[in-house]
Amino acid sequence: MTATTLIHAEASPRRLLKALASQEALLAIAVIGLAIIVGLYNPRFLAMRNLSDVLLGNAYIAVAAVGMSMVIISGNIDISVGSLIGVLATVSGTLAVEGAPIIVTWLAPLVVGILVMAFQGAIIAYLRIPAIVVTLGMLSILKGGLIGVTGGKWITDLPDSFHLANIELFDAVPMPVFLMIVATIFAAWWMRYSAPGRTIYAVGGNAEAARLCGISPPRATVMVFALHGFFAGVAALLYATQLRVIQSTVPPNLELTIITASVVGGVSILGGVGTVIGSTLAAILIAEIASALVFTDVSPYWIRAVQGVLILITVIADILRRRRMARA
Amino acid sequence: MSEIPLPQIAKRVAPWWLLRHETMLALILFVALIILGALNNRFLTLDNLLNQGRLTTEVGLIALPMTFIIITGGIDLSVGSIVGLCAILLGYSWKTFGFPLPLAIAFTLVVGATAGFFNGVGITRLRVPPLIMTIATLALYRGLAEGISQARSVRGYPEWFYFIGQSDLFGVPAQLWLLLIAIVVAGIALDRTTFGRTLYAIGNNETAARFSGLPVDRAKLIIYTLSGLMAGLSAVVLVSRVTTTRSDMGIGYELDVIATVVLGGTSIFGGVGTIWGTVVGLAMIQLLKNGLALTGVKGDATIVVIGTVLILSTLVASLLQRRRGV
Repeated sequence: MTATTLIHAEASPRRLLKALASQEALLAIAVIGLAIIVGLYNPRFLAMRNLSDVLLGNAYIAVAAVGMSMVIISGNIDISVGSLIGVLATVSGTLAVEGAPIIVTWLAPLVVGILVMAFQGAIIAYLRIPAIVVTLGMLSILKGGLIGVTGGKWITDLPDSFHLANIELFDAVPMPVFLMIVATIFAAWWMRYSAPGRTIYAVGGNAEAARLCGISPPRATVMVFALHGFFAGVAALLYATQLRVIQSTVPPNLELTIITASVVGGVSILGGVGTVIGSTLAAILIAEIASALVFTDVSPYWIRAVQGVLILITVIADILRRRRMARA
Repeated sequence: MSEIPLPQIAKRVAPWWLLRHETMLALILFVALIILGALNNRFLTLDNLLNQGRLTTEVGLIALPMTFIIITGGIDLSVGSIVGLCAILLGYSWKTFGFPLPLAIAFTLVVGATAGFFNGVGITRLRVPPLIMTIATLALYRGLAEGISQARSVRGYPEWFYFIGQSDLFGVPAQLWLLLIAIVVAGIALDRTTFGRTLYAIGNNETAARFSGLPVDRAKLIIYTLSGLMAGLSAVVLVSRVTTTRSDMGIGYELDVIATVVLGGTSIFGGVGTIWGTVVGLAMIQLLKNGLALTGVKGDATIVVIGTVLILSTLVASLLQRRRGV
């Protein structure tokens, strides 16, 4: 009994250190550290109102990053998700204005999202076209199609009941934050403990080995893309219902922000590694940085450059870490 | 177009249907020309065709090094952002730094080459996959363009500068000469030099190329740098044509450029492709755009067609390749 306690006591500082060095912990420290530093510079940054605005306005990016993380972990990439979110938001908004039952307006983006993404996944997996070609093509089809169909007109006069994002659960938890947390925890749990969830890592780590273990990599790819479409649908719903109007255009470079969140969250771009807890924390961090720029009087036009630097640093660190591990 | 040497070397390296692919494409192009000409009498006029050449130069200049890159099995998604960054720096260095315009142009080209070199270093030294490296710099370079410009545009360049983008030389748009020279140089480099053959070798089997003692990393570094340089040149031509600089210039160029190259028969899997094919692909994409515009399709809707063309041409190429049992 004493012996085990002793060993445990010996091991724990190192374990604590290891836990702290994980990507998730580093991100959590960065989120809190940045808040403190910017708060010292400009206390208004820490106002409850600002922090909750940052969280509420960007929860949809975290939700979309959950799906993106799955795609990247499985060894693929998707750059069409920004355009898809624009399309799904418009689909949902149009249905709402046309007077469809609210439940239909909420479910439609999920269904359409799953269909579009599963279709892309099937082309990638069964016709063996690289994901970058398929999703780059789909990006332009969705983006051009949306502007072509709507003429860029904004959707207004949305019914009050449509605004899912304005619902507060138990008068305390705003819906976007609730969905972000639920999506993250559920996806993290599912990917870690369920058999289909594990196949995502297996396929991304080594598709051939996964195949020899009886996993069908194409089927896994379609599954991952379908799930990605589901999360894109949820994200579109949050995006569409947070404002009084829906701009019937694609939010510019949204896919880049989502990919940045996934990669900075510790999802290895070489596939096989990463968690969605990291990507959600990273999405919060990116939103926090954008807000911090405003509160430190730095022009918000620098946000994209900051994202680019963040993504580069994480990618290079990941590659160097892997190289060191391979050498050891 | 007769200056372009037929890809004799590629014939041996590349599969048999390659030449047929381009011939087929040229035939389709020919038929498309006639149909579009019959539908609209403004289409098949020398003025319109030359004007289309003017409009397509910016994409064409970048499509040449992109052909090299895709032949090696790589990709460069950052080209559109490099165009934006270079355009902004051209205006900024001229107006804010007070550089004389020729110096500003040289500076712009250096910036473009440096941006491409940076991609190349990440890809060859750090072994970051090209897709990821250039997605990261897609964000970074566009971010720098937005940050430096602060959404302000620069106008009022001296009159002589507009020569590149707006005037004619011997009856042909000035920038089209630039593109023609670039095409000839790129065609010869790819077909007739060890450098060009190295690119095919890398695309066919990078490990084998490395073990054969080919300078794989140096070749890759060169083509990504070249890609940045040509994006810089494209930015100069673009600014000269539209007379202003904005940070959103070049957005979406990666789609046009990659679609052009892939439509031209260059395999996205590497090892196969010619400059000749890219030139035909370029003509097809531009005529498609022009034809759609003349029949009343709005600009935004044409990217739907280009996206579809990108996916379908990759699909067809991949099916043909598979039938050959590759």
